[in-house]
Amino acid sequence: MIKFDARRTRRYQIYGVIFQLVCFTANTVALFFLGYLLVDLIVSGVAGINWNFLSSPANPNPDRAGISSAIIGTLWLMFLTAAFAIPMGLGAAIYLEEYARNTRFVRFIKLNIQNLAGVPSIIYGILGVTLFVNALNLGQSLLAGSLTMALLVLPVITIAAQEALRAVPDSFRLAGYGIGMTRWQVVRYQVLPVASPGILTGIILALSRAIGESAPLLLVGAAGFIAYLPISPMDGYTVLPIQIYNWTARPQAEFHAIAGSAIIVLLVVLLLMNAVAIYLRLYFRKKLSYLHS
Amino acid sequence: MKDNLQILTEAVRGDRKKVFARYGQKPSKAPAERIIRWVLRILGGMTVGITAIIIYILVSDAIGFFRQVNFFDFLLGTQWEPFGFEKKFGVLPLLSGTLMIALGASAVAIPFGLGTAIYLTQYSPPWFREFATPVVEILGGIPTVVYGYFALVTVTPVLGYFFPEIEVFNALSASIVVGISILPMVSSLSSDSLRVVPVSIKNAGYALGMSRFHVVTKIIVPAAVSGIVASFILAFARAVGETMAVTLAAGATPTTAWDYLHGIQTMTAFIVQISLGDASAGSIEYFTRYAIGLTLFVLTFGFNFLATRIVRRFREVYQ
Repeated sequence: MIKFDARRTRRYQIYGVIFQLVCFTANTVALFFLGYLLVDLIVSGVAGINWNFLSSPANPNPDRAGISSAIIGTLWLMFLTAAFAIPMGLGAAIYLEEYARNTRFVRFIKLNIQNLAGVPSIIYGILGVTLFVNALNLGQSLLAGSLTMALLVLPVITIAAQEALRAVPDSFRLAGYGIGMTRWQVVRYQVLPVASPGILTGIILALSRAIGESAPLLLVGAAGFIAYLPISPMDGYTVLPIQIYNWTARPQAEFHAIAGSAIIVLLVVLLLMNAVAIYLRLYFRKKLSYLHS
Repeated sequence: MKDNLQILTEAVRGDRKKVFARYGQKPSKAPAERIIRWVLRILGGMTVGITAIIIYILVSDAIGFFRQVNFFDFLLGTQWEPFGFEKKFGVLPLLSGTLMIALGASAVAIPFGLGTAIYLTQYSPPWFREFATPVVEILGGIPTVVYGYFALVTVTPVLGYFFPEIEVFNALSASIVVGISILPMVSSLSSDSLRVVPVSIKNAGYALGMSRFHVVTKIIVPAAVSGIVASFILAFARAVGETMAVTLAAGATPTTAWDYLHGIQTMTAFIVQISLGDASAGSIEYFTRYAIGLTLFVLTFGFNFLATRIVRRFREVYQ
């Protein structure tokens, strides 16, 4: 026999309010942290951003140091990484989702990709320095750096592409087979067009990870002090995060200030890429909304 | 007739691979189709090759290290002094530094991340959720080197007000920023599993006269617990592998003393240190990188494996 107990009801209501308040505080604290860090960063760094800072190469004098070589290096690295990682990741995803049967080996590959995505980036750095820099004798070049980065983002791209392919309804494939298409024709003309926004979003997010990542590049030799602009894949290079690392690691406050300015530039680039990804997702969701109705 | 029925039922069950394999076309024999098939197959298998290469490199060079250093001296030694005349290779100081950072970061990320997830999925008005979810995700997209800058330039000076004896390089500020950097991982993975708890069992709780507090804490959170615990483990593994923030902010003094106000060194920070120095190939300093790398790889691989197993073992599947 359960008796109605007004006091107990009241007590549970109070618990509920307290619990909701605790969760709300947790959430606000996280947002407050972000706000505080960003405001502090902007206050100390935004004054240092001007055309000279963007257009001059590294310099031992903090007043004259700039990030042009780092920006060009980042662009080079991004394009080379994309050129290696996108075909590999996309191909692997198409194979796993559209071709492979559900055998034990395929399940093993999928599990392995999940695990690779969790391997710390510095391990890829060890791989890169041993395999590309030393064994294949590429030296501390853009090529070695971007190959290392490509391996790092490969699982991310593959997983994103797999999810995008999985979201394509089977009726599309069956319709293709129904009119006598081969498997590749179905993939090429039926599945990929519908999956492309999801794939594109995944690629942009993976590349924005590659732009911010620096631990593996420290190992494969993105030098901090490069006073020239790289013009071929075999050149030495530096990238924005490495430049930031080097400036932050110095004890002088002047270098911390220009590190702050460089961080603002890096964050703006990343924010733009994320905005593009979100925009694409919304745009195509609207355009392909008939799929889900 | 029976065949069609079978196809239909299997298609409805969603096992389309099986449907295609049994009833779809035979693979085309056209040369172009064959080439494409093989290229894709090779690309698909390549990820396994990458894992194999990583393991091969780490193991083969770590063997070079263990030829010169006793395995148990490495595993149980409490002193890590790889430079100088009297070299000592006990991994415990680096391991304890790594654990300090990972535990400290979890102490920040788990309560705040879980609280965020519960608030955003259960209590928040929709407009606030639409605003807060991407903002939290931005936190996760900030590069780790930036968190290192924050630790050194912003957090440590603030901590100095509360703990005047704090060192410039200390484990506390590194733990805090690493915690913030893994918070989005906890909150978004936990949100994902909280969100898929079906409305029906939630409503069943209300129908029995439960208060909202009890519905959330006794029904929804327990139903999502496998995903929540997995998010904790994955975030912990991420903190173990975190490199740039700890290299910049936590110092380079390997020690087994658990003092958050002093400098420490993690395994990842040591790998950076040894790689930036000029250890000649074949020397024992050169091989330490692979021994530490292997330890790190085994640890994080173990945690990731554990997380996958927990999800698979304890997940409640709702129809």
